[in-house]
Amino acid sequence: MDILVCLKRVPLAGSTFLLTPDSRDINTDFLGFGISPHEENAVEAGVQLVEQMGGTLTLLTLGPTDAEEQLRTQLAIGATRGILLETEGEDWDPQATAAALVEAINAEETKFDLILFGAESADSAGYQIHIRVAHALSRPIVTNVKTMKIENGIAQCERAVGSVRELYETTLPAVITVRDGLNIPRYPSVPGRIQARKKPIEHKKPEPRVPKLEKVSLSVSPSNSTGAQILGTGVEAVPALVDVLRTIGVLA
Amino acid sequence: MILVLVDHDRGELDPLSLRALTAARKLSNDIHAVVIGNDGAALSAICGEYGASILHVAQHPEITDYTPAASGRALAQLANSLKPEAVLAAGSPRGNEQLAHLATILDLPMAAECSEITLGDPHSVVRARWAANLMEQALVHSGLLIATVLAFAVEAEASPVAITVSNVDVLLEPIDLRVRILGRGGEAAKSGASLTDAKVIVSGGRGVGGPEAFSLLEELAALLDGAVGCSRVVTSSGWRPHAEQVGQTGTKVAPDLYIAAGISGAMQHIAGCKNSKTIVVINTDPEAPILAYADYAIIGDLHKVLPALTQAIKATKG
Repeated sequence: MDILVCLKRVPLAGSTFLLTPDSRDINTDFLGFGISPHEENAVEAGVQLVEQMGGTLTLLTLGPTDAEEQLRTQLAIGATRGILLETEGEDWDPQATAAALVEAINAEETKFDLILFGAESADSAGYQIHIRVAHALSRPIVTNVKTMKIENGIAQCERAVGSVRELYETTLPAVITVRDGLNIPRYPSVPGRIQARKKPIEHKKPEPRVPKLEKVSLSVSPSNSTGAQILGTGVEAVPALVDVLRTIGVLA
Repeated sequence: MILVLVDHDRGELDPLSLRALTAARKLSNDIHAVVIGNDGAALSAICGEYGASILHVAQHPEITDYTPAASGRALAQLANSLKPEAVLAAGSPRGNEQLAHLATILDLPMAAECSEITLGDPHSVVRARWAANLMEQALVHSGLLIATVLAFAVEAEASPVAITVSNVDVLLEPIDLRVRILGRGGEAAKSGASLTDAKVIVSGGRGVGGPEAFSLLEELAALLDGAVGCSRVVTSSGWRPHAEQVGQTGTKVAPDLYIAAGISGAMQHIAGCKNSKTIVVINTDPEAPILAYADYAIIGDLHKVLPALTQAIKATKG
């Protein structure tokens, strides 16, 4: 089975955000980088499937040259090879990103049985690239998958959104987006890291497109609290909390 | 005219859709609603109450449960025939997904999770990124605007009009039916009230320590007619069902009171609870990030504080 996992390099932001002077990007001077959380589950799922059934696991990303770092880390976990679609570091809008991914996938000799994405990116929250890729490749898509079983060219997936769990079935080739809880991603081993240095990464430079969803600027959302009023320590503070519940009308 | 997707699960309304209808009314006086599947026809009265003059019921024998690819096809068919200025939906996982299919079929951009929308050429939006920690000012270069409305950015306000129902037969492509639903259910929320409707939510994180101690949260929630919530680590560890997860990847909530017990406050959790009217934190760590978003805090062990609080509330109720 030949599997493709799509990744995105994102800054590992904490709970406070600093912006660049032009307010167009996050100031990443003091931040590390990683991939979006659900994507670690996607890579783990791909590695497990190849371990069970044989085949190849290819990683595909669109990003700056430095995104090679994220590809190497995931190659160390057990992927076969990487493809880096190089940008100048700027954000690409969802249509342009999806088009570049599709072009790269179509250029491959391997016809991937399964294309995996993380359920959503940490940063841009566009909720669409996976759907655009699936349509362009005429493949079915199941999203937000928390358990997945693949047998005889059929994927059975359980999807959890809100309070409803739904069980879906589709035939491969397919596009599936996965979320945390699907598995426990492993850490790269030292031998894995050494092997990863020699694994091939192909660099390509897709043509940028004029964005249809054009970022103008970013701003930091105001926190709707100025910080908590400390009512006290331990059980002694309980009467003060009961008073608060009365004030806000939760208790009569 | 603005076309609003009113999302439902077997006829049960997603309340965020009422906020999307309200957001649409700020852009136009001419609002149409659309539901996917016959079960949605039951929602005509509420759609009229929130300002829609026509409810389009998109129907097809294969559309029974949630089939996002078919939704996208149905919306594209309606958008092509009705020529709305915009198609809006709630910024929920399902709203985002269905409109993404629509945008893909029509090869148009989609702006997800918008808190502000101004129609124009180009359209202008403010949209949430990084779990709503950052807001992006963006331009959308397209005739038809396809956008979802950030959860809780707009309060639902009624504005009743007379509504008529129009049934629309949807023409599906074979690819739309390649994903088959086999079944559903399995895991409902354990507590009585659902997270989205609850006025009080008692939520637990890693600090609860295991599934057993959630009984402390259940007891308090029951006493306040509330629901139990939890953080991502709790569902990942299998202590509680996914249906109870509050956060960017779980359910976004806005109760009157949100009690966060043993939750440090990861960015993605804050994104799910920060619209609560009052947030009370119970945590042993006075430096926990969630305190920056909370209104009140008790620094202490939830295993002692919660039972004491339950007792004190019982005493007030006599």
